[in-house]
Amino acid sequence: MRISLFIPCYVDTLYPETGRAMVRLFERLGHEVTYPEAQTCCGQMHFNTGYQKETLPLAHHFADTFQDADVIVAPSASCVGMVREYYPYLAKEHADHDLQTKLEFIVPKTFELSEFLVNHLNLSDVGAYYPHRVTYHPTCHSLRGLRVGDAPYTLLKHVKGLELVALPDAESCCGFGGTFAVKNAQTSAAMLADKVANVLVSKVEACVAADNSCLMHIGGALSRQQTGVKTVHLAEILASTESRHAHG
Amino acid sequence: MANQHELPVVPFPVAANAPLQNAQLRKNLGKATHAIRAKRLALTAELPDWQDLREAGKRIKADVMRHLDTYLLQLEKNVIAAGGHVHWAADAADANRIALELVQATGSSEVIKVKSMTTEEIHLNDALASAGIQAIETDLAELIIQLAHEPSSHILVPAIHKNRAEIRELFIRTLGEETLSDNPAELAGAARRYLREKFLSVKVGISGANFAVADTGSVCVVESEGNGRMCTTLPDTLISIMGIEKLVPTWRDLSVFLQLLPRSSTGERMNPYTSFWTGVHDGDGPRTFHLILLDNGRTNVLKDEVGRQALHCIRCSACLNVCPVYERTGGHAYQSVYPGPIGAILSPQLKDMHAHTSLPYASSLCGACFDACPVKINIPEVLVHLRGRVVADKQASDRLSDKFAPENLVMQAAAKVFLYPHRYEQAQRLGQVAQTPFVRKGVIKHLPGPLAGWSAVRDTKAMPKESFRQWWRKREKPASKATHE
Repeated sequence: MRISLFIPCYVDTLYPETGRAMVRLFERLGHEVTYPEAQTCCGQMHFNTGYQKETLPLAHHFADTFQDADVIVAPSASCVGMVREYYPYLAKEHADHDLQTKLEFIVPKTFELSEFLVNHLNLSDVGAYYPHRVTYHPTCHSLRGLRVGDAPYTLLKHVKGLELVALPDAESCCGFGGTFAVKNAQTSAAMLADKVANVLVSKVEACVAADNSCLMHIGGALSRQQTGVKTVHLAEILASTESRHAHG
Repeated sequence: MANQHELPVVPFPVAANAPLQNAQLRKNLGKATHAIRAKRLALTAELPDWQDLREAGKRIKADVMRHLDTYLLQLEKNVIAAGGHVHWAADAADANRIALELVQATGSSEVIKVKSMTTEEIHLNDALASAGIQAIETDLAELIIQLAHEPSSHILVPAIHKNRAEIRELFIRTLGEETLSDNPAELAGAARRYLREKFLSVKVGISGANFAVADTGSVCVVESEGNGRMCTTLPDTLISIMGIEKLVPTWRDLSVFLQLLPRSSTGERMNPYTSFWTGVHDGDGPRTFHLILLDNGRTNVLKDEVGRQALHCIRCSACLNVCPVYERTGGHAYQSVYPGPIGAILSPQLKDMHAHTSLPYASSLCGACFDACPVKINIPEVLVHLRGRVVADKQASDRLSDKFAPENLVMQAAAKVFLYPHRYEQAQRLGQVAQTPFVRKGVIKHLPGPLAGWSAVRDTKAMPKESFRQWWRKREKPASKATHE
């Protein structure tokens, strides 16, 4: 299968290791990987902050960039949610029929990594090796947005050497919320404090999630508090093998 | 209208500061919301058709909104036919004036009240007080905050922010109950002694309405304590004030909501007291019944096709109980009668949007509210929709402080950068260089300006030297795949 990678702007810029892991993983699974270089940002930050007029051209740009893709896969539930849920909303709200037409091609073939692997490639064991004790934080956009369900857990449970520990109160929001963390910094910090406390209770080496945005927020506090607990994107764990073991 | 409960509106992040610092409040709220959450989940899980019920609730409400004019006139006709009186109030002042005149006509200087969000919305108690009429709240929690001179902090559990010890002190101080422990039964007993005398002597009752059935002109109040039923049955005169969106077409429709509401609100299969009344009946209940139908901004909300789903709300408060923001800040931070996620979408629409521009942003868009809502109001969707309205209003404003607000300028610039890959890459490379003075051991400890709140509790990872796209271009590609780049 020819897979077009959608690498969100902040992953491209701040977490290139996640993008590289996507490439390694899919090539290992025997797929052809492309990366349309015209891609920039899906516009989620603009949209969620209320800048809809500014988001529209970005939605067009995304749709144009990926118009020839067979499937589009991203290591981010929230950016995929933006494309699948809010692009159509935006097109309708602004009566942009041109965008609506483009989205008919794009929306049904855009997937988040874990749902793509489990629900579309019917995989549970991707042959990964990661000998560490980790916990999984189901990000809101994967849990309640895309409803990826058990897909990430299924994948993690089949990773050789990995010990998966339950995260208390896992389904509570970590408090990131994009510009929410800036506009409502104190409330966000209060939510974050509880999430970090729960990660620490689980006594793990790393906290895993399907969104680097939430991990940036959780990891930022784990680092500031010098806990020694890392954050790792799901893609990096799935890309890790015995011969090529990504960090510890 | 001046009144003690209307706080000056400050932005949500500012109003949230004090409660966020209050450890006792955080503890009270955390304990209460988690307890209600668990009960709700257990009881909704036992119904195999719960999702169908939610869908039915949503569709009935959507139908009511679409044909509101027809159903309202049908309700009016049937209330009058059953011996009641119907009054139409365009706004809060109108409703208060009508209610006041009706009370004054009875000669009573006191009224007993059923817990009602609608009468809080219009600040009825203050309007009555300014004419020398005392409104006595009979719902226990509502009575507690009335005695404490505090606004409600929750739709269903107005005193959720108070614990037993705090309530004991309040009753000792205000009800003259000198020997009182913080045993809940004893606290309830003190309230009962005070209220019982009022139930037996006050001649006018005032209620809101959870539902009204257009088909028969019947009004419904759903409650736990039975004090509401005292108010709707004992006085000579009953005045019910109802938002125009609260009606349902038929009793069959009502059956859907009577399954949805108690499970979602208190986590009960059925609430203890569900009272209905249809006009007046000789020798049974009040001799005079008035129904005041309140608009107060609702027809404006109806005009907004996305925002109007906020009118579907049945005031169960499940969204408050699951909201991670509400759990930390409590209800007062919302500075509106309707707190929590539903308040964040209802208050800006019902009242002046400009007074509540920060409320649509008081959410991380986590979606827990949407999942919990018994009538499937897509609260996150309405939140981002209202954010869009806030920004569009600012951009259209003549005020330079709005047009040239730093956020607006940054967002405009960023959108222009993201639209062109070469500009985006330039910005990326600029960032890789510009961050250098801030980076220590691979992390940034302090960020300037509006980002200071972010960096107060988090390290920010420095941008690596090579972006993904830079790596992609350099990597050795399998020969067969180069054609697709």
